[in-house]
Amino acid sequence: MGKRSVIPFGPQHPVLPEPIHLDLVIEDEKVIEAVPSIGFVHRGLESLVEKKDFNEMTYVVERTCGICSFMHGMGYCESLEHIMNVEVPDRGKFLRTIWCELSRMHSHLLWLGLLADAFGFESLFYQCWRMREKILDIFELTTGGRCIFSVNKIGGVLKDIEPDMMRTILSVLDDMEKEILTIKKTFLEDYTVESRLKNIGVLTKQQAHDLGCVGPFGRASGLDIDMRKRGYAAYPYIDFEPITSDIGDSYARCYVRISELFQSIDIIRQASSKMPSGDISVPVKGNPEGEYFMRVEQPRGEAIYYVKANGTKFLDRMRVRTPTFANLPGMLETLKGADLADVPLLVLTIDPCISCTER
Amino acid sequence: MAKIMNFAGTMIKNLFSKPVTIDYPAKPAVYPERSRGHIEINIDDCISCGICKMNCPSGAIKVDRTAKTWTINRFDCVQCGYCVEKCPKKCLHMVPGYQEPMNKKSEEVYTKPEVSDPEANKQDASKPGEPDTK
Amino acid sequence: MSEVICPDNELIEITPENLLNKVMEMKRQGLRLSQACAAVVNEKYELSYSFAQEGTYRYITLRLVIDTSVEIPSITEFYPYAFLYENEMKELFGVKIKLINLDYNDKLYRIKEETPFLKKKEEQ
Repeated sequence: MGKRSVIPFGPQHPVLPEPIHLDLVIEDEKVIEAVPSIGFVHRGLESLVEKKDFNEMTYVVERTCGICSFMHGMGYCESLEHIMNVEVPDRGKFLRTIWCELSRMHSHLLWLGLLADAFGFESLFYQCWRMREKILDIFELTTGGRCIFSVNKIGGVLKDIEPDMMRTILSVLDDMEKEILTIKKTFLEDYTVESRLKNIGVLTKQQAHDLGCVGPFGRASGLDIDMRKRGYAAYPYIDFEPITSDIGDSYARCYVRISELFQSIDIIRQASSKMPSGDISVPVKGNPEGEYFMRVEQPRGEAIYYVKANGTKFLDRMRVRTPTFANLPGMLETLKGADLADVPLLVLTIDPCISCTER
Repeated sequence: MAKIMNFAGTMIKNLFSKPVTIDYPAKPAVYPERSRGHIEINIDDCISCGICKMNCPSGAIKVDRTAKTWTINRFDCVQCGYCVEKCPKKCLHMVPGYQEPMNKKSEEVYTKPEVSDPEANKQDASKPGEPDTK
Repeated sequence: MSEVICPDNELIEITPENLLNKVMEMKRQGLRLSQACAAVVNEKYELSYSFAQEGTYRYITLRLVIDTSVEIPSITEFYPYAFLYENEMKELFGVKIKLINLDYNDKLYRIKEETPFLKKKEEQ
């Protein structure tokens, strides 16, 4: 038996975009146990429901996260729409779907870039982020914001995507599809990349289930969970199948996310061809009363919005459970038995978003 | 071979192509029409109702009914556009152009010109969008 | 057009005595703990433990309404990964939970105030 020691990892580390601290108990080079501690960026957004009315909260909820911002706003609005029995016009639903999928692409490209950076392939990192920039430009063109869209409202969306904007989006995506194909080759076939990803941090299907993993992290281990199948926004009108892999290592997580990029492009194409014309929102009157658990599929996995309203304009409780919160136990499991050198990579494979986790 | 030279094509292409970034200070950045840069007010139409103030999520707007002023702290504003949506007279607009960084937070005060004084009105109209900075 | 599976959320009211029994039942059915959260309504805690089923997308919530002085057992015995949720409830709302397998002792979030979400409700 080797000598045991404890190495503190984080909250400041080159690979971590956001602060999380891990105490790694290591024996020689192997990690035996990891004890997480979070809480460096707790903002208490949930308690703002006492001061902001439920319409204003849309803009607060959106700012939970800078990457899945749109989906946070949408999840919150959809849960209130369920409580208030508001039916969003079809065009509004399709617009939400398109922005959701663009956000997913933006998030996955960001993650792929960070992954490339984590295993030391910097030019691949630049290539991923170069493509992501085009999606940010689409966001700015259609909504006016590059990260925070502020287009959601209870009862629909605020801005429409005009036909000429839609054509621009589709042509950008056509070009991007070809570029992603070349990047995909490097990520999935390159010898150096493979040696850093294959058989690293294996999580079996049973383990993933027992640890409550969600999203691409869970799907890479074979869990067939995709909240889009639950049919919110316009997903019921769209033909797609969740992408899963049964290998469960870091390579599989990379594979799932790259494949989801192509899936997202496909969903956007379907949505744009099936999008009806008409209103994009309906006016909403009155105050909500009741409660609802809304589940949406974010780039990182299942996010839950719990809204409890009491008939006044201030809500009783608003709770956001972000996917990283659910994936942290799974991450700790993958760290057990890993090499110290692989720790940054494994922390990254769950696509951690600590600021959302702490809200 | 295919396993190791995968990225070579992209790299060679990269060497001989133009940079994807724009030559920023030399060439100006182009913002699309919908870009949410900052809030602009058409103060002549403002009725000082205060709906924008009440609905601002970040509390950046102040409205004084008696002095007929509309004050915005551009450093607190989060560009959500909720005031634009709520304004009953549609005198608020979201226009491109971001707030420049400064070393101090400041407020911009817009005062509604007196209706009884047509001269003052004319003067204001000749130089629109020039607020007093406190 | 793909198949939509969207069953309504189910809500089951429980008491502190049968909390562990009900949770064990969920564990036996192979459900995944999806979230756990607390809320303060009418000066009582409202705890929700939500469980999700894969494949059918069923969503079952166990609702526990207790006085602020009541101590409840931890469910980490059945769902070890519930420790994050329970620590959060304990720290932000001051819910008394005993025997959490990894108890942070109110140090999960680095905040100055004790039970910040509870206090504000009392001020109102």
